[in-house]
Amino acid sequence: MPRIVGIDLGTTNSLIAYMDGETPHVVAGRNGQTMVPSVVGLTDNGLIVGEPAKEHLVRDPARTIYSVKRFMGKSLADVSDELKYFPYKLQEKGGVIRIEVGDKTYSPPQVSAMILKELKLRAEGHLGEEITKAVITVPAYFNDSQRQATKDAGLIAGLEVLRIINEPTAASLAYGLYQQTQGIIAVYDLGGGTFDISILKLKDGIFEVLATNGNTHLGGDDLDRRLVEVIMKEILRDFGLDVSEHPDLMQAVRLEAERAKVRLSDETKTKTVLELPDGKGLFERVWCREELESLTRDLVDQTLTPCRLALKDAGLRADQIDEVILVGGSTRMPLVRRQVQDLFGKVPHCELNPDEVVALGAAIQAGILSGEHRDMLLLDVTPLSLGIETMGGVVSSLIRRNTTIPTSAKEMFTTYVDGQTSVDIHILQGERELVQDNRSLARFQLKVPPLPAGVPRVEVTFLIDADGILNVTATDVRTGDSQSVQVKPSYGLTDEEVEGMIRESFQFAAQDIKARQVIEARTEADAIIMATEKALGRGTSLITPDEASAIKKAVDELRAVKGMDDHRLIRARIDDVEKATHHLAEVLMDATLKEALESKKLSEVITD
Amino acid sequence: MSRNLTSQPPSPARAIPMARSMCWHCQSEIHGEYLCGRCVKVQPLSKELDYFTCLNTPRILNIDEEAVEQTFYELNRTFHPDFYANKDESEKAISLGNTALLNAAYRTLKDPIQRAEYLIRLEAGSAKEIRTAPPADLFEEILELQEDLEEFRSLSSEDGAETVGKLRAKLQADRETLERRQEQFKVRLFEKFGVWDSLQRPSVETPEIRAKKDAVLKEMQDILSNRTYVRNIVNDLIEATG
Repeated sequence: MPRIVGIDLGTTNSLIAYMDGETPHVVAGRNGQTMVPSVVGLTDNGLIVGEPAKEHLVRDPARTIYSVKRFMGKSLADVSDELKYFPYKLQEKGGVIRIEVGDKTYSPPQVSAMILKELKLRAEGHLGEEITKAVITVPAYFNDSQRQATKDAGLIAGLEVLRIINEPTAASLAYGLYQQTQGIIAVYDLGGGTFDISILKLKDGIFEVLATNGNTHLGGDDLDRRLVEVIMKEILRDFGLDVSEHPDLMQAVRLEAERAKVRLSDETKTKTVLELPDGKGLFERVWCREELESLTRDLVDQTLTPCRLALKDAGLRADQIDEVILVGGSTRMPLVRRQVQDLFGKVPHCELNPDEVVALGAAIQAGILSGEHRDMLLLDVTPLSLGIETMGGVVSSLIRRNTTIPTSAKEMFTTYVDGQTSVDIHILQGERELVQDNRSLARFQLKVPPLPAGVPRVEVTFLIDADGILNVTATDVRTGDSQSVQVKPSYGLTDEEVEGMIRESFQFAAQDIKARQVIEARTEADAIIMATEKALGRGTSLITPDEASAIKKAVDELRAVKGMDDHRLIRARIDDVEKATHHLAEVLMDATLKEALESKKLSEVITD
Repeated sequence: MSRNLTSQPPSPARAIPMARSMCWHCQSEIHGEYLCGRCVKVQPLSKELDYFTCLNTPRILNIDEEAVEQTFYELNRTFHPDFYANKDESEKAISLGNTALLNAAYRTLKDPIQRAEYLIRLEAGSAKEIRTAPPADLFEEILELQEDLEEFRSLSSEDGAETVGKLRAKLQADRETLERRQEQFKVRLFEKFGVWDSLQRPSVETPEIRAKKDAVLKEMQDILSNRTYVRNIVNDLIEATG
């Protein structure tokens, strides 16, 4: 059985983890960072993902995509309110958003696939084996379209998605493993773009979700925007500069707002400094924690209603919750912690790193699926009710929200007109009475034999699988024949589109690797140029003038090729610099050693 | 965390009806085991399996909730799709179907009202009649309430805040009364649970016992029908008065 990895595909950051025997591990990058920023940049050389793309954001905002998770399974109309915050242009085709980058457009699953590929490469480099299977987490309150879009992203990235699991439940697995948590627990998960609350019963290794609720459009991004708005207003007032007309400044403002918010979790006061374009000088602003809290209080309060609804659906009072667990970077905010503590009347847990706990849980679930861990089992629920449209635009409910999955419902269909050969079926998700107030999931045409009205009897089975994704099958009751149902998703890619994107993704893989090598070589070149210049500053007196000028020449040559697209050439010049500095490095080392020795007594050196 | 090295969990000793008496895969004979004794493939549960049998509880109404939960967890450890991720498509499909049935059984038996409705359906055909007229003992109360509701709905902004407020308060008070009635229905229903259970105790069902059972079923059916009728009115009230 090939290894299965666990992936937390987040709005702002993503992580990949695996099981090492009994213990889940998050894979760190070369810089030791476990989080890969969920940012994708298109450069002239190809795609870049993660930290370099985040740096790219301020330089080339129109070609850098972030927070793509907010667009998964959504139409353009769904996100119209926040378009002004994004530097890139959006279009819609077939109910799916397409993001314009340069002369190309990408669907959100394609962009997510780029992030998944980066994580896959990271894990492959760390583990030294090919990764083909994964468990990917989604917010518990994600609807069918959003889950399907996530699964599509996995496919496009060349991953078989063995399970989609909910982020708060994944976190509960990690707490169950490390903290031996038992009883009734509430998982409060406030991430970069989404909020979830899940109430679970943990008993004898079974993690039974009793109820879940949330808001898939509320998270750290929204908190940042409150600060962004203040900064924008003040820059306009004090400098007469409209930030929204400068996409690069807009991104700098956004990143600074995020940093200030993060710092205010540990400090009570912080300062934002921004360099304005066109020589307009510096924007400086001091924030105190109280100000942040008054700017964001209403947003944090918006998380409390879903908490109360989840408690109600679970048939529990707040005081019946044994433990509260905090997940997601935004739960580091003291305000969030206070509000949660007030609601549940107990100090919430945060022993496990709230940024990593979901990825750890995904790895544990991967271990369960691989058959290595049989003692833990997740029983999750579907977050939203599922129904079909009936006469008069009313929804007839088939599966109630918070029903344990997998679950199925059967419905019998017949005809109203003699000789009718098909019945149109419209599937919806949501809690409201009327079709227009719910989320349209899909439509399909049921084929029926041409018979007198009311005679055909076709039984349709709606099955929500363990991923929380709907599957539809139909059987002609008279003949016993089953028919395949071609479901057309209302807000999703068609199978053909996904297949096309998988092919395209393979074509571009070669280009991507090249771009990546160029970028890595450049980063290394920058590092070595800086180190060499520092060394020259300290050690010129220790080497001959000839040596010094040879080094300077090698550095200049490296500088000259650094901007080119040939990573082999850059590498060759890097090697030249390394050769030229070989002696300098040695004499510097000797000098350092000598200094160290001189400051010690002889006896210390000998016992060393 | 202990690791179980066997490829399949031990099958619980108790047998429940399976769809077939032969393994779908290797055709060897099976006697109600969940997993074939020879090829260890998971077997489909019988579609006719009733929820009480599925969760290993006698057909009573005051069930041992903890024992039912225990059985539910145990069966999940046997059938859940998470344990079939590496298996072939047929086994995956059987695991999915069995777990969906198991979940439906547990959801139904966990909730006392749904449990009673399900039992009545099994024993008497249908759980409740759809009432079109109010129950006799509530007749006048509900008639008056519906007149008030009609009046409230026909009020317009010209009728003045005082008139609207007064009627709204009256309707809200009525709603509270009805919600108390709802609770009373529940208490009366639960009283019948013990009666039914005692009739289930004798191992032989005499015609006399059957007649008593049918009477209890009818009583519970009436209570449930009245409860649904009142609930619909409460919902109307909530919708109208907010």
